Amino acid sequence: MPHVVTDNCRLCRFTDCVEVCPVECFHADEEHTYIDPDVCIDCGACIPVCPVRAIYDTEDMPDEFIPWIAINAERAAELPVISAKQPELPTAAERQRELGF
Amino acid sequence: MATTDHSDNTLKIAVVGSGPSGFYAAEALLRADLPVQVDMLERLPTPFGLVRSGVAPDHPKLKEVIKVYDRIARNPEFRFLGNVALGEDLTVDELQANYHAIVLACGAQSDRRMGIPGEDLPGSHTATEFVGWFNGHPDYRDLAFDLDGEVAVIVGQGNVAADVCRILAKPVRELRSTDISEHALEALAQSRIREIHIVGRRGPAQARFTPRELRELGEIPDCVTLANSDDLRLGPHCETEIEDPQNGNAGKNCALFREFAANQTGDARTQVRFHFYRSPSEVLGSNRVTGLRLERNRLDGPAFAQVARPTGETTTLDCDLLFRSIGYKGVPIPGLPFDDVRGIVPNQAGRVAVNDRTVPGVYVTGWLKRGPSGVIGTNRADSVETVKHLLSDLADAPATSKPGHQGLEELLRQRRAEQVSYQQWLQIDEAEVMRGQPRGKPREKFTRVRDMLACAGRK
Repeated sequence: MPHVVTDNCRLCRFTDCVEVCPVECFHADEEHTYIDPDVCIDCGACIPVCPVRAIYDTEDMPDEFIPWIAINAERAAELPVISAKQPELPTAAERQRELGF
Repeated sequence: MATTDHSDNTLKIAVVGSGPSGFYAAEALLRADLPVQVDMLERLPTPFGLVRSGVAPDHPKLKEVIKVYDRIARNPEFRFLGNVALGEDLTVDELQANYHAIVLACGAQSDRRMGIPGEDLPGSHTATEFVGWFNGHPDYRDLAFDLDGEVAVIVGQGNVAADVCRILAKPVRELRSTDISEHALEALAQSRIREIHIVGRRGPAQARFTPRELRELGEIPDCVTLANSDDLRLGPHCETEIEDPQNGNAGKNCALFREFAANQTGDARTQVRFHFYRSPSEVLGSNRVTGLRLERNRLDGPAFAQVARPTGETTTLDCDLLFRSIGYKGVPIPGLPFDDVRGIVPNQAGRVAVNDRTVPGVYVTGWLKRGPSGVIGTNRADSVETVKHLLSDLADAPATSKPGHQGLEELLRQRRAEQVSYQQWLQIDEAEVMRGQPRGKPREKFTRVRDMLACAGRK
């Protein structure tokens, strides 16, 4: 089972995850990244670099995030790959504080 | 672009090493907004570094990263030159004469020593040797590991220790359909190892495993994984550490260790047991390893900076086989500075530098730059950083033309080197996959350089 990006990602776009992904499995819209489950190799590099702890190994994920498995698969299929770190959104710092990180 | 005019000031960069950090450096260079040619030198005829010879055979998904490297290698401005060793076939000076810049991506190829008596007794090995052996690395394929005894000890608590443990503990049927080398499979099929001890000098909260790898150690068929519940009574500083959201692995690891501590020995064929707060002080035995003397430690210092201090209390652990996996060091490159303590080439964010004096045109990335930390993807961000500095330095430098691969090829011709191209690697690759088929394996690696060269049509 792959890794998935969950709701904490919204409104940040720190995208540190994208830079450490060895296989470019991240896709993104304006405010959220998603992992393509067919490309992710489960290396786990993205988990510790996410400033808002949005990424989980599905083998080790609280049940509340299970819907995100399907959301990542669907959204990744529709959105372009991003392969380099993007500028943070203006809401990023506040969102990070709000989430307690 | 194949149409680039190379007589102009195309940037010509040599990357030394073909593991993840080397390939990500090549990728970052080839994505730059200017004409660049990248030549990648590799001392073996085969590319991909630790993805080929380090990643354990039972982790095939991680090896899919090779598809990414293959894509990079097919860029027309990229060249692979295998079987070419810096320091043997050519010098740093010669490379510098032919290229605008060199990126060192040679990894951390040697093991840290424990520095205790008996360390070199027969039966005491480095994890690197064992991993290289079961992965068919030519440097290690002729080593022998005596698997006739019942007890193995692994010193160190990181993912390499986990790999060594899994390969020793797994029933051999679990390995038959992997790309593990045949010589290792045969030896492991005869293995009598039934007890594996994994020893760490600090506590469960400081173990370096990633939770995924640790969890796997609890899921090995016919094997029970154990820990001592006393070791899991954490002090306040350790509690602080595992509760820190930026230190998520430690909390998950401790939860897994608690599960292991609740396991019953039962009648499993094999046992894996974790030991914490223990430093090896002597390898016991006269002609070969018979045990390990361990000194008990306590933790001292503030959270996140707790160090192991010996208490003076010692115990012994009888064993037949010993592996150390306590860290890795780079190997010095003749003509370049080296930090012996950290085992890296000294650098400032990838610029090779000693005491604030940079060595012009020489850069470093990956484990040789930051030490042996992180996972495969960590090297991508690391190489992006190094290449960013390289490109900004070269943008400031006067544009002189460099011979690049033409100069290098000429030099190698004079030396009668037998370099292996990417196309020739693809021949080796195809042959390995074919060799694997009758055995139901994804590939059967060539484990001798001469066989690789013969397959590539060299020699």
